[in-house]
Amino acid sequence: MRPVIEVKNLKKYFPVANGVLHAVDDVSLSIGRGKTLGVVGESGCGKSTLGRTIIHLQEHTSGEIFLHGDDISNLKGKELRKVREKMQIIFQDPYSSIDPRKTVDATIREPLQVSKRYKRNEIDDVTTELMELVGIDNRLRMSYPHELDGGRRQRVGIARALALNPDFVVCDEPVSALDVSIQAQVLNLLKKLQQQRGLTYMFVTHNLSVVKHISDDICVMYLGQVVELCPSKELFKNPLHPYTKALLSAIPSIDIHNPNKPEILKGELTSPINPKPGCRFASRCNFATEACKQPQKLQEISSGHFAACCRVREIQ
Amino acid sequence: MLNTMAGKTQIKIKKKSEFMRTLKQMSYNKLAVFGAIVFAIELILVILAPLIAPYGYAEMDMAAAYQPPSWAHLCGTDDLGRDIFSRLLYGGRYSITMGIFSIGISVMLGIIIGSTAGYFGGKVDNIIMRFLDIIQSLPGMLLTIVISAVLGSGYINTILSLSVNGIPGQARMLRAQMMRVRGSEYIEAAESINCSKFRIIAKHLIPNSFSPLIVQATMGVANMIIMAAGLSFIGLGVQPPASEWGAMLSGSRQFIRSSPHMVFFPGLAIAITILALNLMGDGLRDALDPKLKR
Repeated sequence: MRPVIEVKNLKKYFPVANGVLHAVDDVSLSIGRGKTLGVVGESGCGKSTLGRTIIHLQEHTSGEIFLHGDDISNLKGKELRKVREKMQIIFQDPYSSIDPRKTVDATIREPLQVSKRYKRNEIDDVTTELMELVGIDNRLRMSYPHELDGGRRQRVGIARALALNPDFVVCDEPVSALDVSIQAQVLNLLKKLQQQRGLTYMFVTHNLSVVKHISDDICVMYLGQVVELCPSKELFKNPLHPYTKALLSAIPSIDIHNPNKPEILKGELTSPINPKPGCRFASRCNFATEACKQPQKLQEISSGHFAACCRVREIQ
Repeated sequence: MLNTMAGKTQIKIKKKSEFMRTLKQMSYNKLAVFGAIVFAIELILVILAPLIAPYGYAEMDMAAAYQPPSWAHLCGTDDLGRDIFSRLLYGGRYSITMGIFSIGISVMLGIIIGSTAGYFGGKVDNIIMRFLDIIQSLPGMLLTIVISAVLGSGYINTILSLSVNGIPGQARMLRAQMMRVRGSEYIEAAESINCSKFRIIAKHLIPNSFSPLIVQATMGVANMIIMAAGLSFIGLGVQPPASEWGAMLSGSRQFIRSSPHMVFFPGLAIAITILALNLMGDGLRDALDPKLKR
């Protein structure tokens, strides 16, 4: 089956005062229809930028992006607008991603009005449907965002993203700004919508328990590069890359008799500005050797399990 | 089904009354209502000037010059024996409309220029802002005089020359606000749902950044009235014997010791107008902010 989204050697560099910031560096991945790819990594590793670049909210520096097999990397103007309807984004902070001067109704209605896909009298009905779909009471229709709690706001954001019936949705940490009890509601809503509409998600988050709950595959990023990519269960059972191991060991355990001993990483995140070739994790890695100064390639270690570490077989 | 119906009726109510809703919100604000009433009374007086005014605006009576307020002359008379009350009524026609129209034009142009600079940023912003710098580096009064001299005197020309002077301030204010709002995620969200640049500016950026503009504009009316006075003082602007508040104020300043009423009443008229507009402006700003809705 053709993947919904496929990315090849995607790069996004930002020119900064003292060099070039490699936010996304040579990332290749693909997501099949109805699947969820979780993208995890610490803050600043370029996971949000990756999502935003794929849906053309930011221009990429180089590389190719395919939607349903069609190259959409360099689309502009009208064609880009058409493609954008197929790719939407749910933002992290529902407090800042919704226009404070627009009612719930106006926010959800806007993509419908802009797309010109519906007639005026149809828009009301579609808006009502969307509100039902994401579970917002009709009585809140004329409310303003500041009158809603975080969960409801995020539902508004989801309704807006789904208004045009996209195939691919980037969820940019959609629950990290919410209370834990509401996180679960929103996650379940996202799962339900995925089943109903056959949506393909790219789920960007730094929350490993969330990603475990929702993803089919997981991609671990470190400083703009993918260091490990494999099915979700496999990752939690058998992490290969030293960074992934450290990341997973940091999940707190609720078993007080058998607490986790997190592997504390030493040193700072190396700067993403003008990085040296070679493994970017090497300076913090306990297993680093001379060989790690060579550029690392994502290699298939076992079936469907990729890792970018030259010593992965030795340190098992 | 019932749900759907309820939704529809609600929307219809909204569409009918976007303007009425704002008015209703304003009506909760007692100060704004007070300002509106004062301003309305002022407008009525000014419009009905020929019926109310006891004397003509250019009617001279040298025998009655410099008279303090009395029942015959409610606000006294000036150095040429003209009735100040009558002149205030007629003068308001020029002063109020000139103040409001010139601010109106400068706000409109300021919004267009400021939002272009604020949204596009970079080179566009740089070019526009440097151009505004040039305008602002000239003394405001001088610029107005030059434009007014080129266009010639007269009511409409005066309004135009006054408004040019107000544009940079308004544009700058809006640009600064827009810069702040532009980085918000909801602007990115609007982009991702394919909103056109124009739609983003008009429907998202401007509504979220124009409230300081309202306050600045209402304050600006006073400034404009004074500037208009300056113009008529040097023979541009409204031509005598037609009266105009600012001109009355500046023309009588030499008599401030002997006949203070000649300065006091035009000043009072300007102050009342500004106060009323300010109260209305504050009320409007609050009424347009959903966070302050009741």
